Amino acid sequence: MSEDVHLSQICMDFGSFRAVNNVEVTIKPGEFFSFLGPSGCGKTTILRLISGFMEPTQGAVKIGGKDMKGIRPNARPTALIFQNLALFPLMPVWENITFGLEVRGVSKEIRRAKAEELLQLVDLHDSADKRISQLSGGQKQRVAIARALAVEPKVMLLDEPLSALDLKLRQHMRAELRAIQKRTGVTFIYITHDQGEALAMSDRVGVMSQGVLQQVATPQEIYNNPVNGFVASFVGENNVIAGKVTFVSGGMAQFETAKGSFQAKLGASVATGDSAKLFVRPEFCSLRSANEAKVNSIPVEVTEIAFEGNFVNVFVRDQAGDTHMVQVQNDPSVPPPAPHTTCQMVFNPESCMILSEAATSRHGH
Amino acid sequence: MQELIRRYGISLSVIMAAMTAFWLLALVVIPNLVLFKFSFRLYLPVDQLGGPNDVYTLKNYFTFFNSPIHINVFFLTILYSSMVTIICLIITYPLAYILAKVLKPTDTATFFLVLLIPLWVSEILRSFAWFIILSMQGPLNAILTGIGLIDKPIRWISGFQSVVIGLVYAYILFMLFPIYNAIQALDTNQIEASQDLGASTWRTHWRVIIPHAKPGIASGCVMVFMLCAGSVVVPTTLASTNSRWFTEIIQQWMFEGLDWNVGSAYAFLLLALCILFVSLVMRVLNVRLVDIAK
Ligand SMILES: Nc1ncnc2c1ncn2[C@@H]1O[C@H](COP(=O)(O)OP(=O)(O)O)[C@@H](O)[C@H]1O
Ligand SMILES: [Mg+2]
Repeated sequence: MSEDVHLSQICMDFGSFRAVNNVEVTIKPGEFFSFLGPSGCGKTTILRLISGFMEPTQGAVKIGGKDMKGIRPNARPTALIFQNLALFPLMPVWENITFGLEVRGVSKEIRRAKAEELLQLVDLHDSADKRISQLSGGQKQRVAIARALAVEPKVMLLDEPLSALDLKLRQHMRAELRAIQKRTGVTFIYITHDQGEALAMSDRVGVMSQGVLQQVATPQEIYNNPVNGFVASFVGENNVIAGKVTFVSGGMAQFETAKGSFQAKLGASVATGDSAKLFVRPEFCSLRSANEAKVNSIPVEVTEIAFEGNFVNVFVRDQAGDTHMVQVQNDPSVPPPAPHTTCQMVFNPESCMILSEAATSRHGH
Repeated sequence: MQELIRRYGISLSVIMAAMTAFWLLALVVIPNLVLFKFSFRLYLPVDQLGGPNDVYTLKNYFTFFNSPIHINVFFLTILYSSMVTIICLIITYPLAYILAKVLKPTDTATFFLVLLIPLWVSEILRSFAWFIILSMQGPLNAILTGIGLIDKPIRWISGFQSVVIGLVYAYILFMLFPIYNAIQALDTNQIEASQDLGASTWRTHWRVIIPHAKPGIASGCVMVFMLCAGSVVVPTTLASTNSRWFTEIIQQWMFEGLDWNVGSAYAFLLLALCILFVSLVMRVLNVRLVDIAK
């Protein structure tokens, strides 16, 4: 039903510009895998390499162990859902869905029945004879998914399919997509620049920057143990402090900065004597009264409170004038400190990391 | 109109509107109305004008229906105009597709320039050029015998052969542009989606690209057909002894017979019958006029 996809040392050059640099990853059969990265980092290019609209300059795409070199998109066991869906406006919904069967010579009766079945699967009833233009954004989305599923692909490729939907629908479709993937067991390769989407839906996430795969891991691992500053700051919010590693012991390090000395977990590829940055998530910071001395504390003044509903963002300024954010649960019995209060921002050594600030870049050749 | 006034000011707008109105009225509508009236009057000696014989009649139109030769020429004109239209379509569709979707936009611009340059030369000269190319001792026969494809020169200018070649050449761009525009407007993702779902190149054209380009194809076909059926220069320049075009008969009535009345009746018949033919074909192929106008 599903196959693994192995990208073996893939590079893709457009003229002298290297859009994808040395990407090596194996996506397991039946896995929901996301490529996450900012716009222009090469995500779509990777998808087009897998679906066969482009051949890599170097390296190989293997699906189910088979090298896909020279195999045209119409002969690959993949189905691509385009960013703009690319439904056929001149065909009714059911013909759209079964287009892949039509080209395989399946009879009209069987196709019609298959269309109804798939419409059930994507939770879209009584729409078989509608025109595409009569559907809402979310319904079009479902038709696109049904159309791709109809050809029973081993691998489903999705290029930011939810980006055109409004927030509510997007969140609903996330769960829906995930459920469809579990039900069908097809390998899903999903592309997005939305970290929330990637974290919520995926079994594993590959974070990309400038054509280079920075980290491949589970969502928890990506969020809690990013390998470098790029991954840390692209996925979630951070307070960042620059400084220098002075002492390392048992995975923990002493970090000297202009704001004082801190203890933190040592990230990959950082060693004693290196200049680096300390990353700490706002939800791992808390505020204490000014005279309560503690490790990893910075004296600050509260500047602004932003009430977000279930949590509150407290913005604070340290003595050097840098702003930090502290996120606290909304709890009416413990109100956040008022603006202009002076206090200490503190965080646990286990919940902050020292990382090299830059991402590995594409300028490797 | 308000947009026009806002952009060019009141005086310039009025001048532009007046010039357009003059063009339409004085050069198109009024002459045609006059000819239309002519077509219902008889061609009479001067002394009978205003006399009892000077009446409105359908006699001029019956002249056509009572003349088997003219009816035959009419059908040949329709037949060969259709043939030119189909040849243009067959040549143009792949070309339009390549220009719209395969070539890089920068190359397309150069290509169009090359295609358009011949249009700077008048139709008469271009037809005459074909007359030279196709003549017995002309370059085409020289090349074909030179490379050994044929051993003795072909008489190109015989039957409707040369007229068809000339008309294809004269009007092919009127087919190219609407089809190019239609295919150009198609989202490339649709073509890729079709391929991705397993469709062959042929199937993708048949199910996705051609249905999308249908209005463009239809408007190209209508345009080429009407231009061919109404063409005078090409059929006269490239005529052989046995190729008569309907417009030549109209010309004969008007300039040799000096009978403008029958001539204009024939002209309106040609127009009406062509419109009828085109609408029939459109009905059969299930194309609507509003699609073409888009
Ligand atoms: N066909 C192409 N020719 C030249 N450059 C391209 C082409 N496709 C993509 N690129 C470039 O490659 C980079 C990555 O593009 P893309 O994969 O579309 O990024 P993403 O999907 O992550 O936004 C971009 O800088 C883009 O300009
Ligand atoms: Mg993209």
